[in-house]
Amino acid sequence: MTGHHGNVARVPAPTVLIHARGLTKRFGSFTAVDGIDLDLRRGEAFGFLGPNGAGKSSTMRMIGCVSPPSGGELSILGLDPVADGPAIRAKLGVVPQEDTLDVELTVLENLLIYGRYFGLPRAVIRERSARLLDFVQLSDRRNDRVEPLSGGMKRRLTIARSLINDPEILLLDEPTTGLDPQARHVVWDRLFRLKQQGVTLVLTTHYMDEAEQLCDRLVVMDGGKIAAEGSPRELIDEYSTPEVLELRFDPAVHETAAEKLASVLAQRREVLADRVLLYVHDGDAALAAVRGLGLEPLTSLVRRSTLEDVFLRLTGRRLED
Amino acid sequence: MTSGVMPGPRSGSGPGPAARPLPATPAGRWVFAARQLRFWLTDYRRTWRGSIYSSLLSPLLYLGAMGLGLGTLVDAHGRAGLGGVSYLAFLTPGLLAAAAMQTAVGETTYPVFGSVKWNKTYQAAVSSPLRPSDVFHGHLLFVALRLTMNSALFLAVAAAFGALHSAWAAAALPVAVLTGLAFATPVEAWAVTRQKDTSFAVIFRFGLIPLFLFSGTFFPITQLPAWIRPVAYLTPLWHGVALCRALSLGSADLGGALVHVGYLAALTAAGIAVGNRTYRRRLYV
Repeated sequence: MTGHHGNVARVPAPTVLIHARGLTKRFGSFTAVDGIDLDLRRGEAFGFLGPNGAGKSSTMRMIGCVSPPSGGELSILGLDPVADGPAIRAKLGVVPQEDTLDVELTVLENLLIYGRYFGLPRAVIRERSARLLDFVQLSDRRNDRVEPLSGGMKRRLTIARSLINDPEILLLDEPTTGLDPQARHVVWDRLFRLKQQGVTLVLTTHYMDEAEQLCDRLVVMDGGKIAAEGSPRELIDEYSTPEVLELRFDPAVHETAAEKLASVLAQRREVLADRVLLYVHDGDAALAAVRGLGLEPLTSLVRRSTLEDVFLRLTGRRLED
Repeated sequence: MTSGVMPGPRSGSGPGPAARPLPATPAGRWVFAARQLRFWLTDYRRTWRGSIYSSLLSPLLYLGAMGLGLGTLVDAHGRAGLGGVSYLAFLTPGLLAAAAMQTAVGETTYPVFGSVKWNKTYQAAVSSPLRPSDVFHGHLLFVALRLTMNSALFLAVAAAFGALHSAWAAAALPVAVLTGLAFATPVEAWAVTRQKDTSFAVIFRFGLIPLFLFSGTFFPITQLPAWIRPVAYLTPLWHGVALCRALSLGSADLGGALVHVGYLAALTAAGIAVGNRTYRRRLYV
């Protein structure tokens, strides 16, 4: 990490790796990305958080130089993605939302083919493959066909493949969607290590825990627009309260209870289908106040605010809906 | 960043072997296409044995059954309609061209569709420095290689049958490859646009089989009613069959050969031009 920053000064490389102004993507009459501004810096882990259809993947594909923008400006590593696509892509690592592995080939063959796409010498690919497979814990499967591997293993292989060209920016589109919790944690652990090494990560996710764990800075996207931007901590401080009191009532009294709660001193109250959320500074004090009103929730939970709360506040909807 | 997994230290002192992007020169295009060819060759390593057996079996069956079996009956009837040669000698070069057509269409339908729809290996390729046109051209190189292999095997079997009448038959090899490419490039340009694979069966049934039967492979198209003959002259297969036959029988003339080659080359070039666009449109969404 220190070595990384120490050397940046020597190389006249831009610190802003991805720059966008008014970036737009339209498909026919549908606007998927609606004029967003971005400045992504070297070495940071940057996230796009939003529900399905928010425009995250379209943005990622434009950054990946496989989707020409419909409007606005975009430069990646100081180059134009339409004119200099091959030169930019030579320095990108891409983990697409859907696996694009050749399942008929072996683990090692997939890395070999992909390394050849970048024009790397065979010996270099062999050496890097060994190290990368070790990193993603697939060394013992190196000569196995990809088809029977689990979803988590395929994802890890895709991550290894994306690193074969020693990329300056690693793009990850929903890196853990569809994985079971244990497999997700393994992937997070590997991505966290890459981040510690100073690799610039750009990822999309609709998991707020993924965004909180991995991102130094993120934007909340909704309907093709950026709703807010900052570090996870900044976003929570700005758009939520330190604590949240979650109350669950008997469905028969859910609505009347929710109305009565309006008198409890809370910054904000969200009435969901199955729960009521009170945004407060002190959850325990708020719970005492609720009981003071004579309300007896079936369950109550005091927790810290999360990005999910930020998203709910900004859009009125939940992330995984 | 001392014990990193990143292959070359990002912050490293020396320039490690970095990815080599290429300038957009004609040479660069070939190098990019060759990288995609390598993908297909790696893929082919799993299936090459079986494919060689079937490439040998198919001419054995056809030349045995139709050339020798049916040919005996035809020859007994007199050879005038065939220009004075045996049915086997007449049929063989036609089958060579027709087999090239079938190989070409087979290689450019499901394999292309699978790469863009099922495995999505095409999408993986265009995330690297390769462009859609490189992916297209790389596959065409592979198809050309398969056509060369199959046609060479076919000619070897034909020679063993004694079905080739001239040393010029060797020149039928590149002509058969070109015939295949005249089908491969437009079919591939179209196949990459498909969202479903249902139309491929239609192409086989209503495209390939009529061409196979009525383009002069099995009988001279002068046997067709006069009004339909111009249609046969327009089909690329007829041009391939006619030239392969003229070469195999040693009766080719330069003018005719140039017309056939020109027609097939024009179709190949048109297919490449269209495919450059359709590949781009499909892979750069």
